[in-house]
Amino acid sequence: MAHAHSVKRHKGLMDWLTTVDHKKIAILYLIAGGLFFGIGGIEALLIRVQLAKPMNDFVTAQQFNELITMHGTTMIFLGVMPVIFALMNAVVPLQIGARDVAFPFLNSLGFWTFLFGGLLLNLSWVMGGAPDAGWTSYTPLSSTTYSLTHGVDFYTIGLQIAGLGTLIGGINFLATIITMRAPGMSFMRMPMFTWTSFVTSAMILFAFPAVTVGLVLLSFDRILGANFFNVEAGGNPVLWQHIFWIFGHPEVYILILPAFGVISEVVSTFSRKRLFGYSSMVFATILIAFLGFMVWAHHMFTTGMGPVANALFSIATMLIAVPTGIKIFNWLFTMWGGQIRFTTANLFAAGFIPTFVMGGVTGVMLASAPADYQYHDTYFVVAHFHYVIVGGLVLGLFAGLHYWWPKMFGRVLNEGLGKVEFWTFIIGFHLTFFVQHFLGLIGMQRRVFTYLPNQGFDLMNLISTIGAFLMGVGVIIFLVNVAISFKQPKGVAGDVWEDGRTLEWAIPSPPPEYNFKQTPLVRGIDAFWKEKMAGNTEMTPAEPVGPIHMPSPTILPFVMSVGLFIAGLGFMFTSDDFGNSLLNFLFSNYIITGIGLAITFGSMLLRSLYDDHGWHIEPEEMNDKGVKA
Amino acid sequence: MIGQVVFNWICQKPVHNRKKTEKWGRSMMKPWKAVKRLVPLFAGLALLLSACGREDLSVLRPQGTVAEGQLGLIKLSITIMVAVMIIVFGIAAYVWIKFRRKPGQTDVPKQVEGNFKLEIIWTAIPLVLVLILAVATVQKVFAYGENYSADKNAVKVKVTSHLFWWEFSYPDYGVTTAQDLIIPTGKKIALELKTADVLHSFWVPSLAGKTDTNTDGTINNAWIQADKEGVYLGKCAELCGPSHAFMEFKVKSVSEDSFNNWVEAMKAPAVLPEDPAVAEVFKNQCLTCHAVGDQGGPVGPNLTGIGSRETVASILLNEEGSGKPAGGKPVKDNMVEWLNDPQKVKPGNKMPQPKEDLGLTDEEIDAIAQYLADYKLSY
Repeated sequence: MAHAHSVKRHKGLMDWLTTVDHKKIAILYLIAGGLFFGIGGIEALLIRVQLAKPMNDFVTAQQFNELITMHGTTMIFLGVMPVIFALMNAVVPLQIGARDVAFPFLNSLGFWTFLFGGLLLNLSWVMGGAPDAGWTSYTPLSSTTYSLTHGVDFYTIGLQIAGLGTLIGGINFLATIITMRAPGMSFMRMPMFTWTSFVTSAMILFAFPAVTVGLVLLSFDRILGANFFNVEAGGNPVLWQHIFWIFGHPEVYILILPAFGVISEVVSTFSRKRLFGYSSMVFATILIAFLGFMVWAHHMFTTGMGPVANALFSIATMLIAVPTGIKIFNWLFTMWGGQIRFTTANLFAAGFIPTFVMGGVTGVMLASAPADYQYHDTYFVVAHFHYVIVGGLVLGLFAGLHYWWPKMFGRVLNEGLGKVEFWTFIIGFHLTFFVQHFLGLIGMQRRVFTYLPNQGFDLMNLISTIGAFLMGVGVIIFLVNVAISFKQPKGVAGDVWEDGRTLEWAIPSPPPEYNFKQTPLVRGIDAFWKEKMAGNTEMTPAEPVGPIHMPSPTILPFVMSVGLFIAGLGFMFTSDDFGNSLLNFLFSNYIITGIGLAITFGSMLLRSLYDDHGWHIEPEEMNDKGVKA
Repeated sequence: MIGQVVFNWICQKPVHNRKKTEKWGRSMMKPWKAVKRLVPLFAGLALLLSACGREDLSVLRPQGTVAEGQLGLIKLSITIMVAVMIIVFGIAAYVWIKFRRKPGQTDVPKQVEGNFKLEIIWTAIPLVLVLILAVATVQKVFAYGENYSADKNAVKVKVTSHLFWWEFSYPDYGVTTAQDLIIPTGKKIALELKTADVLHSFWVPSLAGKTDTNTDGTINNAWIQADKEGVYLGKCAELCGPSHAFMEFKVKSVSEDSFNNWVEAMKAPAVLPEDPAVAEVFKNQCLTCHAVGDQGGPVGPNLTGIGSRETVASILLNEEGSGKPAGGKPVKDNMVEWLNDPQKVKPGNKMPQPKEDLGLTDEEIDAIAQYLADYKLSY
């Protein structure tokens, strides 16, 4: 054969460190996201134990502030984001009939920078104290005057590195969805999950640079003595709030849109009906994304922006209810007239709808600025965003994981256990957060490490703590379910739910390394369902069988991320006294930072100078079992 | 407006009725009478009842003009939202029950692409609901955004937040106090709010929503008004450090005469401890930061008349204060507890440790505590 064919195939750990296969990167994202989700969950439980009774001293005030900061930061940036990326990686290329993402190398780089950023942030626990200024890190509280440890430095540097990974991932998915759709798959034939992944990626592209700028400014203030937020030198702390929320609010929609996508897929599949109002769903998704960038200041109604700004941002925020409502009714009418099967995945989707509606209506209530003066920074807000993020996003992620688990791993999660897990989790969830609406309304502000007795807070806080542990039990049952699923032999049916509609169900579970032996021809929306209705058992190919070009595995993304990790750590400690002249010399002269950056840029140079054309899988290698994925 | 009726019934019924139900809730007295009242509501009522909160602390039991208006808006939005929820939950429940797959069902349901008419309906109706809420919102945004600092009838107060205490100064009266904001009932209080360090947020739930206290350059104005005399709980609502949870304050609304008496009493010359030795310690160790009357410095909270305040250090409740139903300890005991170890009471606060840093003995602490506890103002 004329093709270059030699490629070093790694095994074991080295295989995972060097992989550029989107399916394996999905699994890496899932493991890393699961790990951080677990850490964030333990932090949540510690918070709830502390708040179980008034004037509790389970943790100190300082530890509590570190816990809430790390719980929020970990859950948002390191817990749910990677699980979303896990699903996007596992599913989007399959749904559009592609063999991988547009830039497999970048995909791997995105994962490793995210992981090392997250690890760096969490190192703060053992290196002098975690960040303590809240996940929003409002200045001046987060300045070196008031936050004395390196905690906030870990926050700014760690999130910059992790954010780089997210940005890379977002760009990659934009390019993938724009350029790599199978023949016949026009934009308006894309599955809903692909659509929401696309819009989310576009939002990442515009929102993450904002937070990166903010974090750079804050780290310059803290480490290099700049004055962006220093009032004495003419800086303005309110500027930080604007920068943070102009990222922070779109971030919420970055999180929830993929969950909308999951719910659309799951509800449609298990009702055996096409998605009701597909075009309006697409329209609503884009509108939500657009409005999402126009409402950041509703997090700042009490900051004192004046009545005109408050009124405008109130109205803009309320308008989001309209496209969101469209989505809810479309889901309900997808099920209307269908044949609903309550698998665990669909149970989670069913639980999502009312729970998310509850989070949505409190969102509209919060949008009314004068009323928000009362809700703001109380447990009402805590209840609201947990209804949206846990009751919305996390339920959506569980639905997606149960739905696509067979496709990712070739094994089904146990349905019986899944149902127990659903009920424990959702009952625990409502116990935890429903009462918090009332706690806020009767005067309990958020982020308090304890509270005086006799304020009427005691009982509801106790209920909330009990609910949190119930949620913990639900998550543990899920982990048990996962462990049990790996006892099964691999290889369930390709169309394991029997009602699969989109392209991923047309190929084996788990898919072979090259996904599609022949790129499929897409003849309409819900491409695979359409073929099945026409009496076909598989997709019509759009190309003859031929050698498939594959990217080579590479360790470079891993090494580049290690370089950034070292550089970040070095940068943070430039003005510290280690009581050791060698260490002082290495850190204060930016030598450690330099070494880290040299590793990263050296790897980039190597990548640029060394041509790697990849390799090919020949047709004779593609037996029915496929090349081991 | 069923939501509103139920709401009023639960949270704002006359006091004598409330007492009965509360009694039932606590000690099971006269259950038949209470049960009768509970019949129309679902089982969670007991919880809901306690969910209305304390009169001096709850958003749901407003005691001032601003908080009343805000609760009105909250009720309007809750009513709309409950209606939306009932519709959505109703359709969902119907669909889940009616369209479950039956065993052996193999036919394929009709694949519906959409329905133009329906989609217009569920776009238009939410839009109308949102508009209703938007009109009420805009109206109140401007009403509560009004700045009364130039109004001759309003009492001006400059609020300065510190880690972790509140300073209130009355520029028109030349008086500065801390922790207890004394206001005349029924008058508009024009607030000018700023911080001396990190961001805080000024919140008296039963009187008005929050306003952040920002740094110089972004100073805020707000107004509150109490409709009847009483003591209302205030809190810091912006994370500000370890003792954020303990950065409470009180708003004490008194008659206009009392208010004027209080101003006079505040302006009276300082009363120092009678024992010259104690007075010396107090002058050298305390008045370097704190002030009493015309003496001392502005770094720490003003101590004039601290014996008649509601609390010591905002969380040690004074028995003599009117912050019921919480109860408390005698001022002197609270003062001793505070002076023995301020860091234990309020972690992260900026006061030097009287014993370790200032070298005060137990006897000196006791004498100073006694002096401060007896330093009362009559008004």
